[in-house]
Amino acid sequence: MIHSLFLINHTGDIFLEKHWKSVIGRSVCDYFFEAREKAVEPENVPPVLQTPHHYLISIYRGKLFFLSVIQTEVPPLFVIEFLHRVADTIQDYFGECSEGVIKDNVVTVYELLEEMLDNGFPLATESNVLKEMIRPPTILRSVVNTLTGASNVGDTLPTGQLSNVPWRRVGVKYTNNEAYFDVIEEIDAILDKSGTTVFAEIQGVIEACVRLTGMPDLTLSFMNPRLLDDVSFHPCVRFKRWESERVLSFIPPDGNFTLMNYHVSSQNLVAIPVYVKQSISFFETGPCGRLDITIGPKQTMGKTVEGLMVTIHMPKAVLSANLTATQGTYTYDLATKVLVWDIGKLNPQKLPNLKGSLTTQAGTPKPEDNPSLNIDLKIQQLAISGLKVSRLDMYGEKYKPFKGVKYLTKAGKFQVRT
Amino acid sequence: MSASSAFNDEKGGSSSVGEPEYGHDPASGGIFSSDYKRHDDLKEMLDSNKDSLKLEAMKRIVAMIARGKNASDLFPAVVKNVACKNIEVKKLVYVYLVRYAEEQQDLALLSISTFQRGLKDPNQLIRASALRVLSSIRVTIIVPIMMLAIKEAASDMSPYVRKTAAHAIPKLYSLDPEQKDQLIEVIEKLLADKTTLVAGSVVMAFEEVCPERIDLIHKNYRKLCNLLIDVEEWGQVVIINMLTRYARTQFLNPNMNESLLEEGSGGDRTFYGSDEDEDEDEEEKEKKAETPAMAKRKPYVMDPDHRLLLRNTKPLLQSRNAAVVMAVAQLYFHLAPKAEVGVIAKALVRLLRSHSEVQYVVLQNVATMTIKRRGMFEPYLKSFYIRSTDPTQIKVLKLEVLTNLANETNISTILREFQTYIKSMDKDFVAATIQAIGRCATNIGEVRDTCLNGLVQLLSNRDELVVAESVVVIKKLLQMQPEKHSDIIKHMAKLTDNIQVPMARASILWLIGEYCEHVPKIAPDVLRKMAKSFTNEEDIVKLQIINLAAKLYLTNSKQTKLLTQYVLNLAKYDQNYDIRDRARFIRQLIVPTEKSGALSKYAKKLFLALKPAPVLESPFKDRDHFQLGSLSHLLNAKAGGYQELPDWPEAAPDPSVRNVEVKDSVPEWTKCSSREKRKEKKVEKPFYSDSEGESGPTESADSESDSASGSESGSGSEESASRSESEESEDGSESEEEEEEEEEEKEKKKKKKELKKPVQESESEQSSEEEERKHQRKTKQRKSDSESESDEDEESESESSQSESEESESEAEVKKKKKAAESKPPSKPVKKESKKEKKEMSLLDLDDFEPAPSPQVTPVNTFLSNSLVTDLEGLSLSDTVLSPATIAPSSALKNYELLHRITGEGLSVEYCFSRQPFSPDANMVAVQMQFTNNATADTKNLHIEDVKLQSGMRVKEFSEIELLPAGETATAVMGIDFCDSTQAANFQLCTHTRKFFVSIQPPVGELMRPVFLTENEFKKEQGQLMGMNEITEKLTLDMKCRNEHTIVQRVTTAANLSRVPCGSDKECRFAGRTVSSSSLVLVTVATKEEGAAQLTVNCEKMVIGTMLVKDILLALTQ
Repeated sequence: MIHSLFLINHTGDIFLEKHWKSVIGRSVCDYFFEAREKAVEPENVPPVLQTPHHYLISIYRGKLFFLSVIQTEVPPLFVIEFLHRVADTIQDYFGECSEGVIKDNVVTVYELLEEMLDNGFPLATESNVLKEMIRPPTILRSVVNTLTGASNVGDTLPTGQLSNVPWRRVGVKYTNNEAYFDVIEEIDAILDKSGTTVFAEIQGVIEACVRLTGMPDLTLSFMNPRLLDDVSFHPCVRFKRWESERVLSFIPPDGNFTLMNYHVSSQNLVAIPVYVKQSISFFETGPCGRLDITIGPKQTMGKTVEGLMVTIHMPKAVLSANLTATQGTYTYDLATKVLVWDIGKLNPQKLPNLKGSLTTQAGTPKPEDNPSLNIDLKIQQLAISGLKVSRLDMYGEKYKPFKGVKYLTKAGKFQVRT
Repeated sequence: MSASSAFNDEKGGSSSVGEPEYGHDPASGGIFSSDYKRHDDLKEMLDSNKDSLKLEAMKRIVAMIARGKNASDLFPAVVKNVACKNIEVKKLVYVYLVRYAEEQQDLALLSISTFQRGLKDPNQLIRASALRVLSSIRVTIIVPIMMLAIKEAASDMSPYVRKTAAHAIPKLYSLDPEQKDQLIEVIEKLLADKTTLVAGSVVMAFEEVCPERIDLIHKNYRKLCNLLIDVEEWGQVVIINMLTRYARTQFLNPNMNESLLEEGSGGDRTFYGSDEDEDEDEEEKEKKAETPAMAKRKPYVMDPDHRLLLRNTKPLLQSRNAAVVMAVAQLYFHLAPKAEVGVIAKALVRLLRSHSEVQYVVLQNVATMTIKRRGMFEPYLKSFYIRSTDPTQIKVLKLEVLTNLANETNISTILREFQTYIKSMDKDFVAATIQAIGRCATNIGEVRDTCLNGLVQLLSNRDELVVAESVVVIKKLLQMQPEKHSDIIKHMAKLTDNIQVPMARASILWLIGEYCEHVPKIAPDVLRKMAKSFTNEEDIVKLQIINLAAKLYLTNSKQTKLLTQYVLNLAKYDQNYDIRDRARFIRQLIVPTEKSGALSKYAKKLFLALKPAPVLESPFKDRDHFQLGSLSHLLNAKAGGYQELPDWPEAAPDPSVRNVEVKDSVPEWTKCSSREKRKEKKVEKPFYSDSEGESGPTESADSESDSASGSESGSGSEESASRSESEESEDGSESEEEEEEEEEEKEKKKKKKELKKPVQESESEQSSEEEERKHQRKTKQRKSDSESESDEDEESESESSQSESEESESEAEVKKKKKAAESKPPSKPVKKESKKEKKEMSLLDLDDFEPAPSPQVTPVNTFLSNSLVTDLEGLSLSDTVLSPATIAPSSALKNYELLHRITGEGLSVEYCFSRQPFSPDANMVAVQMQFTNNATADTKNLHIEDVKLQSGMRVKEFSEIELLPAGETATAVMGIDFCDSTQAANFQLCTHTRKFFVSIQPPVGELMRPVFLTENEFKKEQGQLMGMNEITEKLTLDMKCRNEHTIVQRVTTAANLSRVPCGSDKECRFAGRTVSSSSLVLVTVATKEEGAAQLTVNCEKMVIGTMLVKDILLALTQ
């Protein structure tokens, strides 16, 4: 299976390597660098590369490449999924997954990698199990450690691996027992020039933060579970119960985790919270163009739209932008040709507008392609699909936990074509 | 490398990229020190007493390793700390050890004892981690230690340790592939494990070590299916992929009768996405209930096991792990009936929300699926719409999917989408879009003109790449119907002035040349222009100019003759020899000279022949011969270690191999009915009882004992015991039961052994044989009955009066089928021998060892190195002591099970070797079969079909039993000529509804018949069979077996021999001849004091002799 792992930063330095079988020389990465160069953008590097003796499967996360070396047939998704799990784990441990953080904690990362794979086959990937074996660093602990010489490695042996619920460790204790669920929905949509919806769907996720003593058995039910078109669950969810009763029944992992992902489709159900009036045009004569964008509320269910932001990838020929915004600020990055207009809260009485001229490179023909607008927004206390949690019950433990559900709607891949 | 300062401080210096590996000393604060002093302070710290210093040193060392620096010279200093108390230090030492042990093998050995101690620790986690590190040390010398550790861990109490053992298997295998056979045994044992923790890991080991041994899966198939949902996600992926392959070898293609199937389930095809979840269980029950009926109406009925797999994997489509979803998707794609495959579409579309790498892989697979099953993804068309922010490779793949999905109904939507794509800034993507439009146009006739017009408009695009791509695509489209489009050709001719992309220019020139008759005025002009710029053109353009010139010369030589010659002259002196060659060739062909031969007459035909329009195909076509989701599929090339997905078998292999009986499913009625039956018919052979068999299965043997015990109990032991007494007194009828419990145990254990069956001569034959053997659930029992020369003669005679013609009639054909079906699992390694069942019995408790095969019996077994054999022998002997083997000294004929009641759906068949001469053919062994119908319905037309035999072997069938009413029993005698070998005779036992694969394998003792010799004759014959033909073994007689009578009884039980009178009471002699070749078999048992004895067998056939020695040895020592 997975033979070796190299971590490579965006400048092409290998700053960590780990081998689970015999050592493979770094030179194997040369094939990757070649492909990296050819691809121009780091996102465009093919995830799977074939070299004379090895196969290279890589992912790009947080400006880092996780490059794994494979020698024999293995499902590529298996490796990709695992590499993402590694990145997730690092993020989980240190708050972010970046070169600096990994270098600061190189020993811990190395130990983690050692535990996550055995002979190239995943061994312990549940964060609960890992955290029992290797404690994540906290400020307090690192201070204490430097003073006392203690370590991050747990001196108890991990029991999670042995149990039937590998995602939860035994003997969890809290003084405040609480369970919070965030229902977060993202709208993926493509709107065409005239504002009609070409394609729209809602992707939802329920993020949970559960701090409960003992072995609680939770049941989460919805008012309208029929809305959910397609679901995927954390392994803790009992699928049979969902099939028969449409309730989520599970023994939760300790701490933060993603309980389920869901999908709501059927276009007419998808409310589009904002409309965009835009015109971007370039003149045939003279090196300039005009831009005019107005955003207004559409179906917001009475809530305010916040964190509104418009991102436009301009054609290469656009040199600069001279615009005025009635609300918020705009920036134009000359190198990447990205125009960002940060609006903030949408005021229905006074619609934000961005207007002005664009300068294009003299001598080049007018760009034929109009850039598309990517919209970002947030609506608090609303699940745009209308999904509602009806109740959360706990079995197996005596105490009364504090429960809470929060809703949030965001724009996912929300694109307006021009 | 700009590391953060904290890190650098710790490491004591910077670590620039070009720095020489050895120059940098992390310990000495960046000061370059001479070689021997390197890492001195680290060594000091490691030698200190303080754990904190050690820890600090180890951290620095591990950081060096992580960055790829060499730290191997610290090995001695580090390895000393392997037994350190501090857990973190210990862990880091392990990390170091695993990394460098390969380079420092001798020093690494110092640490081994620590791990060996760890293996015995009472804490399971310590045992596991010791095994994990031990097996990760790649030092060849410790292979035997590893092997022992793995074997021990495989039967550990803790499932976690067993899991670690499963992980260790591929490690050891990669270190020393010679261990394969032993490892397979461990795998076999672990496969039987019932915990979810082990399942994934052991299947992983199976896939790495012996993926071809599909036969090991049979018994575990249903268990794996049922455990699947609770296995951890990585294990799920591996198991699902393996089961996909398994199912392809064992089940029939659910789509083999597509038309019929569609007719039957056409209704729900449209709803498959939504309704199926609820309906499925019901449907399935119906299907099961209808099985017999449907068998007639429809040729295909899904095997319940096949259904089980599909049903149990389906929930996993909801997994959060993309790899699991993909694995299930590919399983459905490869195994499910067409109507059910649709369920995977939704899940796959969901994955498109994931990371771009996941999207990339999923889209590749979707692209392949859409070619074969377009309908499946049509509802999700819009999910494949492209966003400007997608990476190019994702865009191109989505485009591919969209193109594959295009049909008459959705083409307008798709084309509208494509139009927006053409405006994209990503030019590679635009080019791909244009090609996609071209493909849509060729596939869907209705939109061809629309597409063509659209593409022509693109010709005025400002971007040259776009234009060039359009030209190339238009060229291909025009080839389909050129006469209509002379306008376009004219338009394109004008483009030659502007377009610089060589491919596009070449395409235009080719078009004009090809269709010069449609544009007679423009063509020569184009040639004129091109002739002018000839020298500046790219090579492919030059070639096309020559082509154009040649074609014009042939059609319009008046105007173009000079131009053509000019072009040819230019080409003659070109730098590129291809162009020079082409010019020379064309000149000879088109310009008539006196020398030019007959060819020039046909020049016009050659050049202006009608060319077939190109077919625009998806690059994903036919990729589905690779297992979807695999690396090989993605690369479209076979990756190392890829296991081919086998084709469906034409005829399903016997499904009963997967039957595993459940303990508590002993149906009450069988007991009663069989008891009654017995009372009526005394001659009958009894069932064994299994009622005691359930007691005390060992942990590791759990599932085996399960499989063997259970509903088998035809009769209670107490009952049978009483009956056996009465039978004994009755007369010498050939059936009798004694010591039921022991035999049950034997039988159970034998089942365990069932998989490890004899060596066969040819490999293909062997695999099929093995298949057969596993199929049957025979229970061999042996009972001696030397006196039972009773009244069987007439019966056997009458039974055997049947024609032999039947058997051969369909044999050839079926053999073919069989081969097709069974050659699928790639050649299995020759299995080790345990032919002698008595021997088996003695070693029944062994799971990981088999009795060492004696060299004579295993001529094929050459792959087993001698040392391994001796190893095995030693081990098996030592283990035998542990297993108190029990064998019944019985005096009746032994019954063997041919067909179990469960497998046979109520019909059970037993057989015994009646030891009667088989009158129709003296060279045949008489086999008496007893059929019992335990079902509620009558069974009709019992007969034999499709006899499969080793060459030389023959079978005389029993005559058909026309009716066997429910609850009744019938007997029949058949004759088999085994050619003096213990090869099994395989055949199908057919009833009016079903066929069962069964096989009969004789113990060696049944291959002979007794002969009467005098003492003198015996000695004389013995004198002639010395040397190689004589085999002598020393033995110690069993306590109960020290008198002459018992010895005689036991020997005659083991082999069909007759006693030879003998003067001395210290010796017992027996004689017989083999049935087929009449070779003499002489046996002498000489007893001495204290139960010591010597066994001598003289036989012309050494193989027979060797096996016989073993059998008798067992009979006497137990």
